[in-house]
Order: sequence, then C-alpha cells, then structure tokens
Amino acid sequence: MDNKVPSQDSLVSVRNLSFSRGDNKIFDDISLDFQRGKVTAIMGPSGTGKTTLLKLIGGQLFPEQGSIIVDGQNVHKLRRAELYNLRKRLGMLFQSGALLTDMSVYDNVAFPLREHSQLPESMIRTLVLMKLQAVGLRGARNLMPNELSGGMARRIALARAIALDPMMILYDEPFTGQDPISMGVLVHLIKSLNNILGLTSIIVSHDVHDTAAIADYIYVLSGGKIVGQGTPKEIQHSESEWVQQFMTGAADGPVHFHYPAKDYVDDLLSTGKRY
Amino acid sequence: MIRFLQHLGKNTRTSFTKLGRGTFFLLQAISGVPSVLPRPRLLLNQMYSVGVLSFLIITISGLFVGMVLGLQGFYTLSDFGAEESLGVMVAASLVRELGPVVSALLFAGRAGSALTAEIGLMKATEQLSGMEMMAVDPIKRIITPRFLAGLISMPLLAALFSAVGIIGGQIVGSGLLGVDEGAYWSQMQAGIDFHDDIINGVIKSIVFGFVASWIALFEGYDAIPTSEGVSRATTRTVVNSAFSILGLDFILTTLMFGDH
Repeated sequence: MDNKVPSQDSLVSVRNLSFSRGDNKIFDDISLDFQRGKVTAIMGPSGTGKTTLLKLIGGQLFPEQGSIIVDGQNVHKLRRAELYNLRKRLGMLFQSGALLTDMSVYDNVAFPLREHSQLPESMIRTLVLMKLQAVGLRGARNLMPNELSGGMARRIALARAIALDPMMILYDEPFTGQDPISMGVLVHLIKSLNNILGLTSIIVSHDVHDTAAIADYIYVLSGGKIVGQGTPKEIQHSESEWVQQFMTGAADGPVHFHYPAKDYVDDLLSTGKRY
Repeated sequence: MIRFLQHLGKNTRTSFTKLGRGTFFLLQAISGVPSVLPRPRLLLNQMYSVGVLSFLIITISGLFVGMVLGLQGFYTLSDFGAEESLGVMVAASLVRELGPVVSALLFAGRAGSALTAEIGLMKATEQLSGMEMMAVDPIKRIITPRFLAGLISMPLLAALFSAVGIIGGQIVGSGLLGVDEGAYWSQMQAGIDFHDDIINGVIKSIVFGFVASWIALFEGYDAIPTSEGVSRATTRTVVNSAFSILGLDFILTTLMFGDH
C-alpha cells in the first residue's frame, strides 16, 4: 500500500521517504498523499516525527531518500529562490505560534505582506483587518504577543499564515494545550477556512477525537511506518491492534506501558549497584 | 594517552567545524547587505538598541577611565616634572588603546550578550523557523541589520569613550591637581597625530566591532534552542569576544606601531 501511484488531485505526494536522526530511523520508506481541498491528518504518538514530516514538506530538512512533490515541484530539487516562491504559497502554523515577539499583533499579520508585496499601507491595513476578523481577533490588533493567551496566539498565527492567501496550510499540533473553548474555536476555524478559502490542510496531531472530527483522511504513523490509513470511520473500525490502542488510548497494548527494563523481581532483589 | 589524543582530535574537529559554520554564516550575513540598505528603518532600529542604548555605560565608563588616567598620569609625570604632558598622555592612551579596547569589551558585555540572547530565544521559540516558512530569510532580515548596526556603532562608541575620557582627564588634571589647562590641550594638539593615532584607533574599533558583532550573532544563531543552551551561548559570547578583542589588539598594535 506504500507505493500506490500518485492520484491526479494530490497536492502533496511523498514517495519512499526515509529520514533518520543519528541512529534513530524516523521514517522508513513511507509514501503518503495529500488530496487537494481536503483536510488530511497525520496522527501518531509523540516522537514519531510528525513535526519532522512538516519540516520536510516545507523544505527545511532534507530526506535521506525519497522525494516530496508539492504542486508538481520536487521540494528538495528546487533552487533557493524557487523554494522561497513555493513557501509563499504555503502557510505553516507552529505549535508555539512562533509570533515575532517584538511586534504587535497587527504588525505580525502584516509582516508577510510587507515583506513580499509592494502594497500601499492602506491596503495592507484592510487585508490585515480582514484576516484578523476571520479569526475573530480584530479587536486584539494592538496587543503584543506576550499579552495573548495560548489560544489567541495560535489564532493570530493562523491569521498570519493565511495573510498571503496560501494554497495549503500545515498545522503542527494545533490543539495541544488548549482549553475546550479555544479548542472548539480552532477546530471550527480550521475546517471553515479550509472550505471557504478552498485550501488544502495537513494537520499533525495526536488529539484523536478533535482531529478525527474534521479530517477527511487520516494516516497513523508509528516507528517510522504507516500503521493505518483511511477515512476517520475506517480508522475507527480498523482491525489493527495498534490503531485501536491509539484511538482508544488504552494504557497497554502493542505499545507497552513499561519502558524496556530487566525483570521486575530480579531488579528489586538485586544489590542496587549502578550499572 | 589514546583517550587524550581522541579527546584532542574530537575537540579540534568540533572547533574547526564551528569556525567553518561561523565563516559561512558571516558570508551569508554580508551577502544580505544589499537587501538591507534600501530599508534604512531596519538598520536604524538596530542602531538604536545596539548603539544608543550602550550610550550611558560607555559615557560613564569613559569618564572614570579618563579621570583615573589623569590621576595616575599626573603622579608619574610629576616625578619628572613633566605634568604639562598630561594631556598628550591621556589622549594617546585613550585614542590608541583604551578607547577602542575598553569600549569594545563593554560593547560585548552590554550589546553582544543581548544580541546572543535575543537571537537564541528567537531560535528557541521557532521565530526564525517561522520566518523561513514565510519565505523570509532570517539571516537577511534579522542578522544583517544587527551586524551592520554593530559595525557602525562600535567606532562611534569608541570615539565617544575617548572624548569623554579626555574630558575626565582634564577635570582631574587641571581641575583638581592644577595642571595648566592651556598646556593640557596644546600639548595634546601637538602630540597626537591624526593618522598614527586617531585613524589607527578607528581602524581598531572597526575591527573589534566586526568581531564582537559576528561572535554575538553567530553564538545566538548556533545556540542549542533551550534555556540552558541560550545561557551558555551568552557566556561564550562575552568570553570569546573578550579573548578575540584583546588578542587582536595585540596583533593590530604590533602592525600599527611596531616599527616606531
């Protein structure tokens, strides 16, 4: 299933990707497709390299093997200027928001517009206010990033990510550490932005229920491999023990509760010498 | 023995790799200059935080250093009945040596450490990564303006340090110890050579500004993105800058004044 032919309307296709950090193999020959106009989620426990995958798609990291095609362009074969042109059409929402802390909310959202367009300040103002209105924070435009709550910071970062009207947004753990209300707001925003603006969204998350609620397709990763894929319904009813453990959050299963250790009784009765 | 050699080899390799990364970083920062010049605002903001905010520490330190020079110089010179030469002695010490060196050390401690911490934290909070994903080159947008600001501010701060120091020497020398004020200034005018003393001092401070800004920015950019990593990088900035400034000062002094 790893080597299926890229379908016509996939915006991003990852082919036979391998990537390691030191001796740790993060991806082992995986292939994924992200359909145009859809919300695709990548799930898996922490440490499976979900964020790494986003960085590979954005061209910030280089794979050892395999290719990543975004909108017909091989990300890692592009020249620097071409890569930057491609990135102008991608929005990325970092887990921390990654707002520039020395600028106000307004200037943060205006940042990509000022850097990449020659628009007059009056038009930038209109655009910034429209983007802020879309995330419901037009009234917060004069605040500084340190005055924002985590959920607000993420919404501002989202407004900034859509400032240049991208074709795709990459979300890195958008739901982590959010209270139920901000969570609801973000879930609603991601889905509605995707539909209204005709975006393609890739969400990396380990938040099973909220992600499953808005995703059109889900890949479940573990140990560098794809252990399950399908629509949220298919995933819910997956026969894979691993996927079942992940979706239900069972404490023990194919992923063990205990970190590998020697026998418990032997350990307790041993002399306690460090080794 | 083998372990020692292994250790030595590993450290040497690490140092050279770092030097390579640092040089590459410097070249990238310099290649960003043409994109910063059309946007003077970026540069002015940085000159404010690197230069103008260092104003106070430079002025006060310069004043005290000058006053001490006036005092010490007076006692030494008066043994030979040469206290009229106090002006030239204070000015030469400041313009040739203390102005560039001490202001560069203060600059590394005040502005350099702040730059490292700022860049390191921007890295730790993914701001640099975020900029890259917005197709904005963080080296051109963040590093180059700060580098240029350091390079331009350093000679100005050194000049300020020397000027205030000379006034401090005069306050102590002729104000308190009774050296003739006319002699203080006229001996200085006669004894200080524009090229040998002033230009050489300015060259020194430009070199120090270059090195101190480079070290500060590179350490921040190369920092391990954790709170411990940033704190270590800040320490390294101050220590490495101090070594480089003092070492380069010796080399530059030998080149400039060696044939006298």
